[in-house]
Amino acid sequence: MRKKMNTIDLDFYYGKNQALKGVNLGINENEITALIGPSGCGKSTFLRCLNRMNDIILQSRVEGRVLLDDVDIYQPGVDVVELRKKVGMVFQQPNPFPKSIYENVAYGPRRLGLHNRGSLDNIVEKSLRDAALWDEIKEDLGKSGLSISGGQQQRLCIARVLAVEPEVILMDEPCSALDPIATLKIEELMQDLKKNYTIVIVTHNMQQAARVSDWTGFFLLGELVEYGKTSELFSIPKDKRTEDYITGRFG
Amino acid sequence: MRLSPPVTQKMAWAACWAAAFFAIAALLTIIIYVFARGVGEIGWAFLSTDPIGGLSGQGGIRSAIVGTIYIVVLTLAMAAPLGIGAGIYLAEYAGDNWFTRIVRWVIETLAGVPSIVFGLFGFALFVIALNLSFCILAGALTLACLVLPTIIRTTEEAIKAVPQGHREGSLALGATKWQTIRHVVLPAAMPGIVTAIILAIGRSVEETACLYVTMGGSANMPITPLDNGRTLSLHLFYLAMNTNAMEKALATGVMLIIIIVIINAITRWLSSRWMIRMQGRV
Amino acid sequence: MIKIRNMRQFSDSAWKQVILVCGASSIVILLLIIIFTLREGLPAFTEIGFFKFISGTTWKVANDDYGILSFIVGSIYVTALALVMSVPLGVFCAIFLAEVAPNWMRQIVRPAVELLVGIPSVVYGLVGLLLLVPQISKLGGSGDSILAAAIVLTVMVLPTIISVSEDSIRSVPRVYKEGSLALGATQWQTIWHVMLPAARSGILAAVVLGMGRAIGETMAMIMVIGNSIKIPVSPLDPARTMTGSLALEINYATGLHWNALFACGVVLLIFILALNSIAMVLRGRTQQ
Repeated sequence: MRKKMNTIDLDFYYGKNQALKGVNLGINENEITALIGPSGCGKSTFLRCLNRMNDIILQSRVEGRVLLDDVDIYQPGVDVVELRKKVGMVFQQPNPFPKSIYENVAYGPRRLGLHNRGSLDNIVEKSLRDAALWDEIKEDLGKSGLSISGGQQQRLCIARVLAVEPEVILMDEPCSALDPIATLKIEELMQDLKKNYTIVIVTHNMQQAARVSDWTGFFLLGELVEYGKTSELFSIPKDKRTEDYITGRFG
Repeated sequence: MRLSPPVTQKMAWAACWAAAFFAIAALLTIIIYVFARGVGEIGWAFLSTDPIGGLSGQGGIRSAIVGTIYIVVLTLAMAAPLGIGAGIYLAEYAGDNWFTRIVRWVIETLAGVPSIVFGLFGFALFVIALNLSFCILAGALTLACLVLPTIIRTTEEAIKAVPQGHREGSLALGATKWQTIRHVVLPAAMPGIVTAIILAIGRSVEETACLYVTMGGSANMPITPLDNGRTLSLHLFYLAMNTNAMEKALATGVMLIIIIVIINAITRWLSSRWMIRMQGRV
Repeated sequence: MIKIRNMRQFSDSAWKQVILVCGASSIVILLLIIIFTLREGLPAFTEIGFFKFISGTTWKVANDDYGILSFIVGSIYVTALALVMSVPLGVFCAIFLAEVAPNWMRQIVRPAVELLVGIPSVVYGLVGLLLLVPQISKLGGSGDSILAAAIVLTVMVLPTIISVSEDSIRSVPRVYKEGSLALGATQWQTIWHVMLPAARSGILAAVVLGMGRAIGETMAMIMVIGNSIKIPVSPLDPARTMTGSLALEINYATGLHWNALFACGVVLLIFILALNSIAMVLRGRTQQ
């Protein structure tokens, strides 16, 4: 299986605090990689390094390399904006813009310079269909993105990402603010999406990681303790700390 | 003598009601008095003739209305772009370090400095040093300095109140920083910024002290911003201090109160719309 | 695509420059105001002496003799008298709005207070001139007096004191109130012994803000205070405030007179700076 992204000895600092310590992790193309671990273990920080969202945090510092298709995304001259278009992100809290549903999805294409109404209509419809939201809201495209339910808002945010045709989608605990039914919908959606996209999901919910992912990485105190096939990691963990965590002895 | 708790409480309640009645009575006294004596003067002739000026209380308020409009428009044209830009700078680009902390402190302090101190500065710099002499432009420049700190602060606060999630969502879609500010942050902060502008309009209409020492106060119709002129507030002051035409002064007061009430109503309407929008009930 | 990308990057950095220029020029303008006032005022301090300037009782332009004690006394006298009246009124009104008032009454008082904020200061001055001054003249003197100015100021600063105090009373945690009521205290005892002490910093901040507004008021004061250069003794005496002197004299001042007026502006700045620092400390304490 081809590695879509790779990190090599990745360190990350918030001021003087080291949040990631020498992380080496390869992310397979068209598969789902889950990152688990207790709160504050660095899994979200790691995820945000993959599309340089951490750049907007003041006084933070990155060492090591992050490769996307074998190109280091932290090397000088890389266009961060272009990178984030390729590596999209869905956040913990659904964060639709206070605009209409249509405008939320059309936002990315518009910023990339697409203003043709017909093409935008097509992109909006396709993205909402791919995010399994079209049938529920096709009559209400003009309504505010904030007026729909939390689960629908999160799928709207996914549709918004799909509209810019990324290659990798990063999901930062996308279901933590949602109820079980909405969570299930998102999990089903992920299975559909992985045919065309590479997905990395951070979750604090081990059952979710076991259900949806092909590969799982376990983070503890900024280190990647163990990384392997999900089925193996959850049944025969190699590291004592992983075993303690997945059997619920801490965290 | 010690009063029993229930008695003390009754007295305290009475004091509370009395204080509230005083506030309402003060307002009603001012409004009723100003309207009762002033409203009779207002008519087409009053609105459409220029005052005579000097010690004469004759004439209407036409040139004062034009002066007020001039002042409001010029002040905003100068202070609004600069202040909004500076607010964006502080909220989105400047970060938090010793320098920006000092800058914020200076802005906060200047927002509380008496307007006559701005008047001193404006008179010395614009009227004397830049040789504009007394004119509407000098007044507007001074007033722009006066409202600038408020516009900067209100803009910065409105922008900071936009949830960080909106910015991250936009950046993660491959929008540039400016696109994010222009298309997500500013629309969400717009009602707050508009409120700042309206407050600045209100301030320009009621401000007197810093214009008294920079505008000149001529009663003649101003043609260009380089002409000497007066606003409604200044006109009221001149009438009250230099003439016996108190009815005309009160009529000018009526006009001022009506303008302020309209501005208050617009502000309140906008802020309620903002709440609705941010909660998604469009 | 390349072209659009370059356009996007270009506009991103171009707008960043525009914003930067706005920020920098605003900061420069604001610093300029302070520096300019200091620079013009400084000669008065060096020539007359700081202490002599603020403690001098005579202000005679013809003799080039400038002391601003009577203005300082005028400003402080008026402000103090106004606060003596407006603080109790404002705090009781705030208690009323936060704890006592029935809903219908609150819906009358709140908009009334908001409207009081908006009325231009010259209108306050005018009403004071026409309504108060004739009444006060019956007590003795011309009527143009500290008392008239203080009453006008009382009404002007009332809204500030009411709204800031009300906010701080409302932000007292419910548990304090419930704890006290549960011990059998009356509602008023609870307000007086528990809620007001807990809201103390916020109420003091309200008073300081009101003080700032009172010291800075100019036109309404000129209209009712008489503007005489003499240290006032009785509240019925006329007086002059620092702000009033600046407005009345700057337009025809030259030489040392000019510098003395700017120096008076500097003294005002110092007052405001002190009040702001106090308010900032108090606000910090409220947040804890």
